[in-house]
Amino acid sequence: MRVETESQLAEAIRAADGALQIVGGGSRPVGGRSGAPLHVAISGITLYEPGALTLIAGAGTTLAEIEAAVAAEGQRLPFEPARWGALLGAAGDSTIGGVVAANVSGPRRVQAGACRDSLIGLRFVDGAGTVIKNGGRVMKNVTGYDLVKLMAGSWGTLGAMSEVAFKLLPAAPAQATVVLDIPAAQAPAALAMALGSPFDVSGAGWLPGVGAVVRIEGLAESVAYRAARLADLLAPHGARIERDGSAQIWADLAAVAPFQGRAGDIWRFSVKPSDAPAIIARLGGEVVLDWGGGLIWALLPEGTDARVLAAPYSGHATCLRGETAPAFEPEPAPVAALSRGLRARFDPRGILNPGRMG
Amino acid sequence: MEMPIPNADILARKAAIVARLRAVLPADAVIDAPEETRAYECDALSAYRCAPLAVVLPRSTAQVAAALQVCHAEGVPVVPRGAGTSLAGGSMPSADSVVLGLARMNAVLETDYSNRFIRVEAGRTNLSVTGAVESDGWFYAPDPSSQLACAIAGNIAMNSGGAHCLKYGVTTNNLLGVTLVTMAGEVVEIGGPYCDAGGLDLLGVICGSEGQLGVVTEATLRILPKPEGARPVLIGFDANEVAGACVADIIRAGVLPVAIEFMDRPCIRATEDFAHAGYPDCEALLIIEVEGSAAEIDEQLGLIRQIAERHAPVEFREAQSEDEARRIWLGRKSAFGAMGQINDYMCLDGTIPVSALPQVLRRIGELSAEFGLDVANVFHAGDGNMHPLILYNANTPGDLQRCEALGAKILTLCVEVGGCLTGEHGVGIEKRDLMAVQFDAPDLEAQMRVKDVFDPGWLLNPAKVFPLAVSAGRRAG
Repeated sequence: MRVETESQLAEAIRAADGALQIVGGGSRPVGGRSGAPLHVAISGITLYEPGALTLIAGAGTTLAEIEAAVAAEGQRLPFEPARWGALLGAAGDSTIGGVVAANVSGPRRVQAGACRDSLIGLRFVDGAGTVIKNGGRVMKNVTGYDLVKLMAGSWGTLGAMSEVAFKLLPAAPAQATVVLDIPAAQAPAALAMALGSPFDVSGAGWLPGVGAVVRIEGLAESVAYRAARLADLLAPHGARIERDGSAQIWADLAAVAPFQGRAGDIWRFSVKPSDAPAIIARLGGEVVLDWGGGLIWALLPEGTDARVLAAPYSGHATCLRGETAPAFEPEPAPVAALSRGLRARFDPRGILNPGRMG
Repeated sequence: MEMPIPNADILARKAAIVARLRAVLPADAVIDAPEETRAYECDALSAYRCAPLAVVLPRSTAQVAAALQVCHAEGVPVVPRGAGTSLAGGSMPSADSVVLGLARMNAVLETDYSNRFIRVEAGRTNLSVTGAVESDGWFYAPDPSSQLACAIAGNIAMNSGGAHCLKYGVTTNNLLGVTLVTMAGEVVEIGGPYCDAGGLDLLGVICGSEGQLGVVTEATLRILPKPEGARPVLIGFDANEVAGACVADIIRAGVLPVAIEFMDRPCIRATEDFAHAGYPDCEALLIIEVEGSAAEIDEQLGLIRQIAERHAPVEFREAQSEDEARRIWLGRKSAFGAMGQINDYMCLDGTIPVSALPQVLRRIGELSAEFGLDVANVFHAGDGNMHPLILYNANTPGDLQRCEALGAKILTLCVEVGGCLTGEHGVGIEKRDLMAVQFDAPDLEAQMRVKDVFDPGWLLNPAKVFPLAVSAGRRAG
């Protein structure tokens, strides 16, 4: 079924007599999938005020449409949403509702926060078919509980979103990348130096064949100044400054280009950055690093339970592609009980993406 | 302000309840003498007072859990308290409640620069978090006006903001993890020194839940390296509308200052009389701060000057020294104190879309005349978080009620133009009964479901946030 309005979405959920699989663009096939597909095609930008850095759009609006609209005004989504379609071999066109449901954030997360940090309001339909709103269109809002954060990253298990509102930021007119020719295991320490500097780093990762990369964005003179200072700071690691190729490096990192079209299971670890070298060593496979080493992308042989290999770690691992282990990190009992309680109250019939998050 | 009738059965069992608390806590951690509990009868919303049944001041997470287990077993409401600086009555007790104060839990537990976090006990004050890392060149970004006194526990409960959140975000954007004790006394670890939740984002809903979901005893906070420098400018205008238009143009131009503060004439006058900061005599004043190296600051301020000059400012003053920078901030930082010198005041906290600024300021002026109460405006203009200060005299019968009625009108106006009731102070008891202006019944029901999960008996800070009539069935059960 396909719905194009919020009332159709509410009616479809009310009338459902079994499990529903909430689908946006279908570009993030992660976790258990069962039930009748419900395509949320509530599309279109309903409000965009560049002077207030605010945008509201239907959940089914494509990410491409939103990015084009804000770019035309010299603005951007702060959290640099990444597309996973090519990585996961999924053909769909990423929608903004899907980005929120998965709380997807790209390299700029280290500076500008996650998707949930830019999300300032939403409307959704719960498992009983009731329309609920939370947050709004202003960036400072502590009126009542913050269900906006709870919905971000809930993978459609608490409700199906109909509309989302974002805080935007001015796009940076210039960027540069400081590149260090070092192996992955040495990257987190070097990246920590960069992130601990006053030079307002907006990306810190490691790519095979490139090395450790540190991004600076902003006004042109400022970028030149900070990139030079960072290169000095990181000189012991053989730093060079990349300007023309900078944007491509971060596009590749966001989309995890080195793993595209490759066989094997794909895992994503969110950990304390300084733990990354030990975890990488225990995993043994190919990796891509983001968030200063706090995000490890790993390509492993099919059938690997990477959690067992990587243990012990503080943080969590998600299996984006692979059948062996649960997609989402099993939670400690008291946390799992709270999550279960929330799902039972927002979706009492258990029909919204059952089994998606375990 | 209506509060529920205290539970007579609990009041009658006071001695037994206190004895049970004493049995699990150190002797000096339980206070029940009326002359001592009175110190906890209110927070910074001091118009409303009620001494609690007892106060507990634990020193550890285990002691917090022990105290909560007793209260849970006895069915006694618990009001968590950080430093008691809430402007919304977030930690105002009821007569049948136990206040759980975190003031004695203020240690730094771990500082980790390579992973950019600090872990502290939640009773630690906001400013002393920065104090613990400042000498190494780091800071904790959220900076509420009360940061000298307010505790991290309260910051988390209210999701506190501050003047610099245009760039750095508010508490929720800088919180990585908490140790939470539920009303049943269970200790739960949520989040940690890594990014994002592995499952549902419980941390996101705990932050800003006004102490209704659990007691946060420890917090892992993001710390940031200090910028190389910062410099404020002061820009005066002869009309509020012009200042508002200048703010919008600066944002449109792609400059992102760390702070854009706005003061109107009544506020400028009062602070000038009080703090003698040397502000110009004008209708509206902006304080804009940018960060970076000296050259970067020059680059940004050059752009801001170009934009401001299109709006014919009556003054453009760039700080040329540390002392001048301090003087530019002096008046803004003294604004609330200055107002307190001349009058009692109520500080509102609604947020509006910045595009609605001129319209809202004009309407506030009309309402002020209609109610016969002066309103001074000082606020975070970059993010639309307003702080209208309604001046009244607490000794004049009826003045407080008139002030509250005007406050309700102004907050309703904020919602009507697309904004919200509170941008950083929280709902507490103050805005509880206005919640229906912003939310429909299903919206409030959805929020209350979350409390049902964390605190099924509705014992934690129960008479806050939701209109009493809306939460009545749950609180009774």
